[in-house]
Order: sequence, then C-alpha cells, then structure tokens
Amino acid sequence: MGYVPVKGGTEAIEASIKRVKYERLKGEAIIEIETILSTMRALVDQVMSESSLYSPHLAALAIKQAEGSMEEAVFLMRAHRSTLPRLYYSEPVETENMFVQRRISASFKDIPGGQLLGATYDYTHRLLDFDLIDEKKADYTHWLQRYFKELQEVDVQENIQHFPKVVEYLRNEGLFAQYEIDNTQPEDITKQSLEFPASRSARLQVLTRGQTGAVTSLAYASLRGYGEVHPTVGEVRVGSLPIYVKHPNEAASSEEEEFYIGDIQVTEVESFVPVNVKNDKNEEELDFEIGYGICYGQNETKAIAISILDQCLEHAHAEYPTHDEEFVLLHIDSVESSGFISHLKLPHYVTFQSKLDSIRQVKKGAQVIES
Amino acid sequence: MKAKTHFAFFDEGSKKEIRRATLKAVAIPGYQVPFASREMPIARGWGTGGLQLTLSLIGKTDVLKVIDQGSDESVNAVSIKKLVQDTTGVQLTERTEEADIIQSRHRIPESELTKNQILVLQVPLPEPLRPIEAREYKTKRMHAEDDYSGAWLLLFEQIMKYGKTATTADHPVSVKDRYVMAPSPIPRFDNPKMDHSEALILLGAGREKKIYAVPPYTSVKSLAFDDYPFTVESFEGAHCHLCGTADVFMDELIDHDTGTTIYQCNDTAHCMDQLNKQEEVEVESIYV
Repeated sequence: MGYVPVKGGTEAIEASIKRVKYERLKGEAIIEIETILSTMRALVDQVMSESSLYSPHLAALAIKQAEGSMEEAVFLMRAHRSTLPRLYYSEPVETENMFVQRRISASFKDIPGGQLLGATYDYTHRLLDFDLIDEKKADYTHWLQRYFKELQEVDVQENIQHFPKVVEYLRNEGLFAQYEIDNTQPEDITKQSLEFPASRSARLQVLTRGQTGAVTSLAYASLRGYGEVHPTVGEVRVGSLPIYVKHPNEAASSEEEEFYIGDIQVTEVESFVPVNVKNDKNEEELDFEIGYGICYGQNETKAIAISILDQCLEHAHAEYPTHDEEFVLLHIDSVESSGFISHLKLPHYVTFQSKLDSIRQVKKGAQVIES
Repeated sequence: MKAKTHFAFFDEGSKKEIRRATLKAVAIPGYQVPFASREMPIARGWGTGGLQLTLSLIGKTDVLKVIDQGSDESVNAVSIKKLVQDTTGVQLTERTEEADIIQSRHRIPESELTKNQILVLQVPLPEPLRPIEAREYKTKRMHAEDDYSGAWLLLFEQIMKYGKTATTADHPVSVKDRYVMAPSPIPRFDNPKMDHSEALILLGAGREKKIYAVPPYTSVKSLAFDDYPFTVESFEGAHCHLCGTADVFMDELIDHDTGTTIYQCNDTAHCMDQLNKQEEVEVESIYV
C-alpha cells in the first residue's frame, strides 16, 4: 500500500523558510538600509504610500527583507502597522503651506508663482545609461561638487516662498464655486470598516493607500472610455508638509501649543473637470469641479489617477464600473488583492472533494421526486 | 529602531475593538458585524479573520488547536500556530478535546465539541447573497428586509438544471430562523454539526472585514426544499484505510501501487485518536 503522509508539515515549512533566506543571501552581498534610502527614493515612496505608514527607514527595511518585492514590502509594513497603538490624530494640514519642491500646472502657462519643474523623469529620454554599470565614487563626488558650484551661482531668495493654489486664482474669477470649509471629522477606515455609500473622506483614504498599478489602471480605463471624467491637471505639487499634534490632555489649546512631530513629503493633485449643470433658468451650463488626489512621497501618476477616480466616484450615476464605489474601492488594496489571489495556493482538498461529490451525484441522475 | 511584539500581536485597543464586534455578533446570531480588520503578518485570504478572533480571545492559560482542511500539520495551520505561540507562548495541542480554542479552515472536527470550547472558523466570502448581488450596499438591505428569495432561487435553478441541488461546500444555512449565513466553506457534511452546537462558533472574514457567530444551542438549518431535502457528501461503503472508521468525512486518495481508490479520515487528529484506541485495546489483550 502506498504511503500517505499524515504529518510532516512542520518540517517542510521550516525548510522552505530557510530556503527563501538562502535565496536572499546566496549572492553573498547585502544591501545596506542607508543605500536603499539614498538610491531607491521612488520605491521607498511607493511602499510608504501603499502601506499608509510614513517611515522611510522602515520602508527601506521592508524592501531589503522582501528582496525588492513591492507586494511583500507593503505587506510587511501593513502588518507592522497593526501592532502600533494609534494615540493621536494630527491637526489638519494646509497644503498652501507646503515647502514646494516641484509644482506645475497643465491648465495655465502663467500661474501665479510660476511653474517649478523640480526633480522629475518627465523630460528625460528613457535610454539605458550604461555608464552607471561602472559608476565610481570619484565620478559622483566630482559631479556633485560641480552641481553645488552651479547652484551657488543661482540667485537665492531670502524668504521661504509659499505658492498660492492655482484654483484660488480661478475662484477669484468666479469660475469655480466657493465652498464653506467643511470641518466634519474625517472617518478613519483603519478603525471602522468601510460602509456604503462611503463618505468622501473614506473614499480618499482608500484611494491613497491603493496599489499604484491598480489605481492607475482604473483611472486610465475611465479616461479611455469606461468613464465620464476628462480632466485637465490644474496643479501637481510635490513638497514637504509639517505635521502638528495637539496636546493630548489639554482641552483648549492654541496653535502655539501644538507639537511639531516632523515633515512628510506628499504629491498633491487638483484636476479640473468640466461638468454640465443646470442653472436657475433650467439651461445647461458648463461648470468646473475639482478631482482631488494626494499620496505619500513623489508619485505623480498615482496622485493624478486618484484625482480622476475621486471625481468618478462623486458622480455615481454613470453606468461605468469606474464610477461604482464598491467596484473601485474594494479591489485596489494591494494586501487584500494579492492575499486573496495567493490563497488559491492553499490546499482546497475538502472543498474540492465536496465539488467532486456534487458533480458525481448530478451525473448519477436526478433525485427521484417524491410525490 | 528595534521593536518587540506585544502579547498576542495586537495593541490592546485593537483587541478591544475586535471583542466588541464579537460580542455584537454573539448577540445577533448569523448577522455579519463589520469591523476594521487589521492587516496581519499572514496574507489576507489565509485565515486573517480567524486569526484576529483567536488573538483577541486568547489568554495565557488557553490551549490552542489549529487545523487547515482537517489537518493539524497542514502548512498553513503550522504557520498560524507558530505565529500565535511566538506572540503568546500558549500551549498547543492536536487533540480536539484538550483545546480551549480551535481555529479551523473549512472543517468542523469529527468529535463533538463541548461548551468549554470555542470554534473559530476562517471565512473567505462571508456573504451568502454575493452570487446573487455583487453590491454590499444592496445585500445588506436584503438581509435587513429578510429577503432571501435570491438564495432560494439559486437552489431552485439548480434543481431545474440538474434535477437536484448541486451546492458544494459553503451550503447556506439559516440561523435561528432569521439570518441566512455562509457557514464558511465547510463541506455539507459538517453543516449539521453547527445545529445546537454546545461550543460557541465564531466566524471571521479578515479581507471582507466581517465577524459573525453561532451562539451555543442555536438552531442552524441548511437551506433546502421539503421535496428536495438537504444531503451531505456521500462516502457510501468507504472506510478509512488507516483506522477503519466509517461515517466521517474522507479524503479520496489513489493507492500508487494498485491504482485503486482508497479513503482516509480527513480529520487527522480523529484518525490518530482512533488508531491510539485500537492500539490500547491490542496492548491490553496481550498483557492481560
């Protein structure tokens, strides 16, 4: 009689864990956390954004441990996030106060404050730079020295400049509606499960921690024909924002007594979307609405995609999946989608046995109807 | 920047929130209580709902058993046990009757559970009405309005198409004659074990963020028509090739030497128990 294993899972699992560690170490070279932090900015940003945990150091550790796998790194960070007590909420952040590193508008050439290109791959040619194969310390120190020297020849402004929002300019012209500031406490989707219809605060939270690829694809589908949103990018800005928390025990505290706990770098997008509205005389009129996107780090594609989907979900009537909040919000989370897809690798012996039985019974013929 | 993990992984705030959802679930049998559902160190879809329940319930003196598709030694069961033990130091067991908490995927143990035990089931898809309606917003209303015509229609359509109901695992049940509930993908064979169970049964869906429960001594009826009664998987004439037991859920295997179909208890702990008992009898018969 053949051998049928009843036991053995424990040893197999230990061996597999060892093997995966071996795969990381077999090249006998390791990457330092510092190296990841200084050379893989985009990857670190993306991991922090998708895991909704702002910590470059931990993100770099996750990348190292996960051998550069995005879904694994995000997974590690999210699991770590579950162990952290959440003690404070920060005070609202005004993005007008951003220390801007890059800021452009696709709507107006001459925006107040001007266009600031900053660091971007947008204007590079995507040609492999074979010189990087042999990049030496001497090469980059030399390059850096020259770059710093060039910078010294540039005029420096004395005061920190805060850039006004492009939309403010249009609001002043009466092209955009003025809204009262809404100070409703936002929901926290990590403390309460998402319920439908979802509030805009809940929607934006799900979008900002969504998988970059998934968010981008759905926004693209909407833009291409499976949606009704055709935006112009009003403003993309990348920069750092100061975060403050209130004193936890003092009920009434002034802004002066708030604690500064650090800076976060974000990408923020405001898309201008033309919509048809009916005026007082019931005539069709063209108006503008804003799609809003924000995410940790510099990830402009994702932030623009969020702004498109935000606007899609504001108009739920449209008969497209990209306008259906359950379709969009329940399927873009990296940990959820990759987890459920990968669970198919688990044994399904019992469920499959049950399926077999069902098919056999059906093939055997119908149940005799007792009458 | 090194951190030690808290007892049972979660911070206390998270545990409290899960326990609150659990209490509500016990108070409304079969109703899916939404909860925030933390990300776990194991993948969504690999038992995070069950794991969150277990970690929120477990105390230092509890004894834990984890099974996956009937087996204590299945890789995922081993992985879950390891995580719970690493973060709590609790005692583990494979013997069903020794366990205080039994976390299981897709099976209810063969031996009857007692009122001192809690069964935690891992749930992939908690919504029994999902095949009929994709939107949560609508299925929630259907539950509220006691509108289960879709679930009945699904069974009726199977009878029309195949001449009999053709559900597999996860055959929907009605709990306390009110909420229709997905019993998790346990085989139909296990559905009757839920009815008036002495043990509390908790069901957790991590990815779908739902907790629901069957309190002890609660009626659980598998959906079926009077003229097409509910049937369980058939293992007619089959018995376990190791311990000889019949009337349990079997794995179907192929004997590699003879090429014939053989059967083996799916519940490995039950099989071991039977084998040990037989051995005891054998030993006694020799030495008496």
